[in-house]
Amino acid sequence: MTDPNNNRSLVILNDYVCAGFPSPADDYAETGIDLNELLVSHPASTFFIRVKGESMVGARIQDGDVIMVDRSLEPIDGNVILALLNGEFIVKRYKKKGSNIQLIPEYETPHSTQCGGAITVAREDNFEVWGVVSYIIHKSK
Amino acid sequence: MNKTYCLVDCNNFFASCERVFNPKLKNKPVVVLTNNDGCIVARSNEVKKLGIPMGAPYFKYKNELINHGVAVFSSNYELYGDMSNRVMKTLFDFTPNIEIYSIDEAFLDFTGLYLSDFDDYGRKIRNTVTKNTGIPISVGIAKTKTLAKIATEIAKKDKILDGVLDISNVYPNVIDNYLKKIEVVDVWGIGRRNSMKLQIRDINTAYDLKNMNLKDARKLLTVTGQRTVMELNGISCIPIGEVPDPKKNIASTRSFGRPVTTFNELSESVASYCARACEKLRDQNSKAYTIMVFILTNRFSKYEPFYANSAVSTLYKASSYTPDITKAAISCLEKIYLDGKNYKKAGVILSNIVPEENFQMSVFERYDPKNNKEESNIMKAVDHLNHVYGNNTVVSLTEGIEKRWKMRRELLSQRFTTNWNELLTVQI
Repeated sequence: MTDPNNNRSLVILNDYVCAGFPSPADDYAETGIDLNELLVSHPASTFFIRVKGESMVGARIQDGDVIMVDRSLEPIDGNVILALLNGEFIVKRYKKKGSNIQLIPEYETPHSTQCGGAITVAREDNFEVWGVVSYIIHKSK
Repeated sequence: MNKTYCLVDCNNFFASCERVFNPKLKNKPVVVLTNNDGCIVARSNEVKKLGIPMGAPYFKYKNELINHGVAVFSSNYELYGDMSNRVMKTLFDFTPNIEIYSIDEAFLDFTGLYLSDFDDYGRKIRNTVTKNTGIPISVGIAKTKTLAKIATEIAKKDKILDGVLDISNVYPNVIDNYLKKIEVVDVWGIGRRNSMKLQIRDINTAYDLKNMNLKDARKLLTVTGQRTVMELNGISCIPIGEVPDPKKNIASTRSFGRPVTTFNELSESVASYCARACEKLRDQNSKAYTIMVFILTNRFSKYEPFYANSAVSTLYKASSYTPDITKAAISCLEKIYLDGKNYKKAGVILSNIVPEENFQMSVFERYDPKNNKEESNIMKAVDHLNHVYGNNTVVSLTEGIEKRWKMRRELLSQRFTTNWNELLTVQI
């Protein structure tokens, strides 16, 4: 196209030009929150198990909740674990001091002094850690 | 090039899956039944000791099973498929070169892995899989796939080996001693018919077979059998994706020349693998119940994290009809396909293969004039007879008598890992 005023050619840009500042939100644009991606670090070893009972209410696990259990994790002192004690499933706080293992229920909130019903794992017991509880799914009623 | 293969084989896979969620079954005898609760398809070691044979009809042994306190389950394919997926995913962490062979077996190619001790690595694999999934496995390591299979069998049976046997770097006489313990019918790729032919020539063990003249082997057992003999001698010659036991599994897999990203492209390739696999099925007059699909991205990519996944689907009725298999395979692909990834390889594995003659009424079940001329000719004849002699002169037994389209599975355990309403429930 020729500029009629001074006979020079003008190039027509056949495209849009962005005007203004880039949006500050652009750097943070993401594809949405996917719980699987965020919470499940090891999908192959993660299992969901439903619990019935009140012995771990103090640990915020209520009757009917679903716990997310990761078999690949090695339990450390203080973890809540799903274990097998003499063939029975059990969910308790794992306490390990040296070779001494205790499985402790939490009926009350952690601030309570009551901690009755602690189980000491004896040598003749058949004890096996099934997995470490990583998340608790509680449906708001 | 010197190759090293590792075969990972889950022990009593179906029974083991049940035991993960029901630990009281741990040392108890367990059997799992085939589709329609017809025959015994899986037995735990305790049941094997009772002498109850594989494939035995359930009704025939029902009382004996009750008397021995055997726990009986219907096939929980949803559970087994998902657990298989977990095992394979765990294995992917150990080597990028993995070939899923069946729902409970995979070959890992250790070639080129800089390892001082394969036995140690094998043990690590075994411990990790069992810890992470609850499934006990056996590991065999050797210079060829056929030898690895034998190593796994021995590792499984001989308690002293503790589940792992590495014969990839041992003196030949050590291997020979193991081969002498294996009957020729149990060698990978040698079926019942071939073993009978071999026994006539006084070839009874894997050791005898190893020493067979290659020309004789080719004449008697075709080129596949010749390859087996070479493999027994440490010469790796079974190509990737080729399976010498098509009566048990048919695999159709391929690495892509360039990365595949869209669902459409992937499903096209999966469809072509299904077509090829179904041809092989029809060639050997078989049908398959179970379809497994797997996809992987490039393990070594700098640009994206490695993604590998598999899914299993089981048909209500076994089929070799390409559209049936393809439909099931695409539904598997839908479950595992993730957008935005560069896929390097995909594959389809058909298993739970049964001979065609088990399905007398199969000729009446499908009518599609476009795809299968033979079937449509049969249907034409049926239609003609019904037309001339009146309706229902010739009728499919399966329709009208009872709705048998739904597979009977009365002794099903919960779908612990695939159904939110069927989770394992624990009293705490």
